[in-house]
Amino acid sequence: MKPRTLTLAIATLLAAMSLTVNPSTFAATPDDKSASEVAVKIDNFSFSPATITVPVGTTVRWTNRDDIPHTVVSDDKAFKSKVLDTDEQFTYTFTKPGTYSYFCSVHPKMTAKIVVQ
Amino acid sequence: MKKNEKSATSDQLLHDHNHDGIDRRGFLKCMAWAGTGAFCVIKGGVLNSYSLSGFPLGGHGHKGDLSFVQISDSHMGFDKAANPDVVGTFKAAIEKINALPVAPAFILHTGDISHLSKPAEFDTVDQLLKTASAKDIFFVPGEHDVLGDDGKSYLERYGKGAQGGGWYSFDKNGVHFVGLVNVMNLKAGGLGSLGKDQLEWLEKDVKHLSKSTPIVVFAHIPLWSVYPEWGWGTDDSAQALSYLKPFGSVTVLNGHIHQTMQKVEGNITFHTAFSTAFPQPKPGQAPSPGPMKVPADQLRTLLGVTDVNYVRGQHALAVIDSNLT
Repeated sequence: MKPRTLTLAIATLLAAMSLTVNPSTFAATPDDKSASEVAVKIDNFSFSPATITVPVGTTVRWTNRDDIPHTVVSDDKAFKSKVLDTDEQFTYTFTKPGTYSYFCSVHPKMTAKIVVQ
Repeated sequence: MKKNEKSATSDQLLHDHNHDGIDRRGFLKCMAWAGTGAFCVIKGGVLNSYSLSGFPLGGHGHKGDLSFVQISDSHMGFDKAANPDVVGTFKAAIEKINALPVAPAFILHTGDISHLSKPAEFDTVDQLLKTASAKDIFFVPGEHDVLGDDGKSYLERYGKGAQGGGWYSFDKNGVHFVGLVNVMNLKAGGLGSLGKDQLEWLEKDVKHLSKSTPIVVFAHIPLWSVYPEWGWGTDDSAQALSYLKPFGSVTVLNGHIHQTMQKVEGNITFHTAFSTAFPQPKPGQAPSPGPMKVPADQLRTLLGVTDVNYVRGQHALAVIDSNLT
């Protein structure tokens, strides 16, 4: 390729990259709230992990992998999902620190906890 | 029901009597013959078993005798591997009921009528029950019937004439029936719950009955502690049972655990029913109490209905489970 064409090609490539790439595509920094999501699995009549500790601003996503419907209800009514059948999900974003105990209102022996710091 | 090879005759069992004339161990042993079409009646302290086809009530019943059926846990809407056809097995259960030699006076459904509290699920059950030989159906809700709206749609459908969260009582042929609700307002980490209002109502409801009135209590979650780790029990059932202890004959019919189990405590006989939808494991024999997959040809041996017969003047009700084969 002629040098001038090569320069043009590189310039075009860089321009294209600058349109498609933004800083948050790279690994999120700890205080980058938009990429912070944590998963909790519901299966075999239990929440796992049963206890998690997350920073303020985290979104928790529950997914029901059990073959029975469950709900996600906090003890203090801070959050309450509709009934989740198999593969259905519920999300909640924790904006305030604290300890959030929650349970399945259909099978109340299923209990778990989220610590928000 | 399996057909008995022999022709219908009665096999008399003579057991040593307790001073009160009731042989509970013999009665439990007799109830364990359930599924073979056997039938137990206590008459004057002597335990008689009859094959269903020879039961003397058919056509020769005495006025005051009562026969009804309990079904439970139809979970209409469930469609996972443990049973992809809960409509088919519910229909088979109704066929069982319709084939009984004595048509039941009514049916008790001890809850988890639907799987997800959806209107279409309740509709399907109501439609299918129209083909049953008994036209009166009495319901109590399971936890699957009160999802999402704290039981509003359940109560609109089945709660007419009921108190508070859907509890009620009625009398048939001298037997007092009490439908209790123990699946609402459940607390984190807890079991089934009756609640203060319902307990107060129950105390008043039975207070003035003569102590010889047979009582049948039906509720979804077991009213005795079957297996608390799996939520198979009711936190405040002891108080309810204290109101029933003075009575000479109390039968408690429950569902929720999708298997038959019985227990006798003084004058109270507890019994849980099969589901018509899917079986669940025995206590502690699986990581959780969820639907239990079995080979297709075994499914119907683990689903069923319960026939209950009261012979006027007798002490205990005869409770017979039949599977769907």
